[in-house]
Amino acid sequence: MPSDPTPSASAAAAPSGSDERLREVSFLSKQLNKPELGAISGALLVFVFFGITAGDTGMFAPDGILNWSTVSAQLGLIAIGACLLMIAGEFDLSIGSMIGFAGMMVAIPSVFWGWPVWLAILFAFVGAMAIGFLNGYIVVKTGLPSFIVSLAFLFILRGLTIGLSQYFTNRTIIGGVRDVAEEQGDWLAPLFGGKAFQGFFQWLGENGWMETFADGTPLVQGIPAVILWFIALVFICQWVLQRTRFGNWIFASGGDALAARNVGVPADRVKILLFMFTAFCATIYATCQVIEFGSAAADRGLLKEFEAIIAAVIGGALLTGGYGSVVGACFGALIFGVVQMGIFFMGIDSSWFRVFLGGMLLIAVIFNNFIRKKVTEAR
Amino acid sequence: MSETIELRNVSKYFGSVIALKGISTSVNAGEILCLLGDNGAGKSTLIKTLAGVHRPDEGELLLDGTPMLFSSPRDALDKGIATVYQDLALVPLMSVTRNFFMGREPEVGWGPFKRFDHETADRVAKQKMDEIGIKVRDPNQAVGTMSGGERQCLAIARAIHFGAKVLILDEPTAALGVKQSSIVLRFVARAKAQGLAVILITHNVHHAYPIADKFTLLNRGQSMGTFRKSEVSREDVLQMMAGGKELQELEYELQEFERTAAPPS
Repeated sequence: MPSDPTPSASAAAAPSGSDERLREVSFLSKQLNKPELGAISGALLVFVFFGITAGDTGMFAPDGILNWSTVSAQLGLIAIGACLLMIAGEFDLSIGSMIGFAGMMVAIPSVFWGWPVWLAILFAFVGAMAIGFLNGYIVVKTGLPSFIVSLAFLFILRGLTIGLSQYFTNRTIIGGVRDVAEEQGDWLAPLFGGKAFQGFFQWLGENGWMETFADGTPLVQGIPAVILWFIALVFICQWVLQRTRFGNWIFASGGDALAARNVGVPADRVKILLFMFTAFCATIYATCQVIEFGSAAADRGLLKEFEAIIAAVIGGALLTGGYGSVVGACFGALIFGVVQMGIFFMGIDSSWFRVFLGGMLLIAVIFNNFIRKKVTEAR
Repeated sequence: MSETIELRNVSKYFGSVIALKGISTSVNAGEILCLLGDNGAGKSTLIKTLAGVHRPDEGELLLDGTPMLFSSPRDALDKGIATVYQDLALVPLMSVTRNFFMGREPEVGWGPFKRFDHETADRVAKQKMDEIGIKVRDPNQAVGTMSGGERQCLAIARAIHFGAKVLILDEPTAALGVKQSSIVLRFVARAKAQGLAVILITHNVHHAYPIADKFTLLNRGQSMGTFRKSEVSREDVLQMMAGGKELQELEYELQEFERTAAPPS
């Protein structure tokens, strides 16, 4: 009988093994206290699900992987910005509009005004961060909820993008940026629109380790710059948040800005800097898109602010601030990318993606709320 | 010899409201000055002026005999004036260590790779909490999981750790039980013994009298004078405090009530 030895074995092990059992529990609860737990387990679940249901659709072939990882990286870029800002206790609803605006700041000067592309890119970064500063400055100085202030910027920037591009160029879609950059042999543009490790992938193709097109170019030519930007930002931001003085200030500003100020943390400066950082992230997103696809459009980035915030929330960030994780936000973005492309690969109507998103958000918020109660209640 | 911190005729106005008018007092190293006053007496405004939150509209603030103007709370902190507010300036969601070093994080490394020295911070935070008899199992546990008394002690321990010269405590015992209060007050006395100048704000004379060296009484934004402990009794202090008279009247009334209500036997 297999049931017979089991109880006697566990009974024998119980007295000596009780210490180990205790430690195991505390280890588990320690993991539970980490904000990124939900997002990581969610991402695992999503991978298992699509691995089973969409394994034969090409989703996990090299070009399929490239596909969803690019989508995840794009979202991840702005999710990192949104996440840090949320931990500092503020929202930026103008991220999406900023993507459209920054794209135009790259495209119009380089295509219509004859600026070198690198100058247009720098112009876009400076311009976007100046607007981010203004956004943050108004929030900090008026004490108004950032929700409202950045909502105003959502409309202002979107309107400006359409209005100004029509005023200067008479159109709302501007193409040819890539051609201009290649013509000039621009040094900065490849940093945003290039593909890395092309030699390596060529080599893979030549040796038959990767499928190639008829002309001999491999299926995947290189890693898009946006993925590298994303990975670099994840590491830098996670390090800054967890391991530096500024990271502690971010937590403090969001956890309780008054308390933070009273012990000398410059909470206002922290918040303004993070508003500028979300604008910076949105500009990387926009520049990569404009250089890679060669065009800017006034409606780019629509609703992206919400996707970024949802990714941050799935990643464990609290809507009230003071708690969250960059790694969590990344996994939140990964869940997004995988599900969005998985649904596409499986040929399901993409409307279901939104249903999934809403459901995911609801579950994440309820879960986060539970975690917060657990962390803050007296033991 | 100049006092550690001295106020000379300090006034503070908020629009037409006179929050403080002509306050003069001082405290020396190894002394506890007790600021007494009822609600609205100007205690909070006075400590915020000392802590660099407000600037005095008139008068001056002297630190070791030198006139000072603090540009920010951070500036005051850097000059050795540490304040523990009633809200304790603790963030419940953050760990003990992160709270302990909030705004004053120890750093290691060089240039852009400078980082928060978590090892040192954890060790110091745990050691400081052990010293006051609060066992912290894990310095990474959230402050939200600690009791009110433990939080108060954490806030004071932090201020002592960083407050080189002057420690300002705003109603440290207001929300505490009897036992917790005595722990906190013993801790304050120890800070004094270590040579800190302590300013204790309270409206509880019974907590203040045993440990204070002198008293400054505030009433409706004005000082009613500063007295050494040798000059006044506990009853005098209570009498002078706004509301002292009311309390006394209440006592008479209660005695009267007891006499009439007690059945003759």
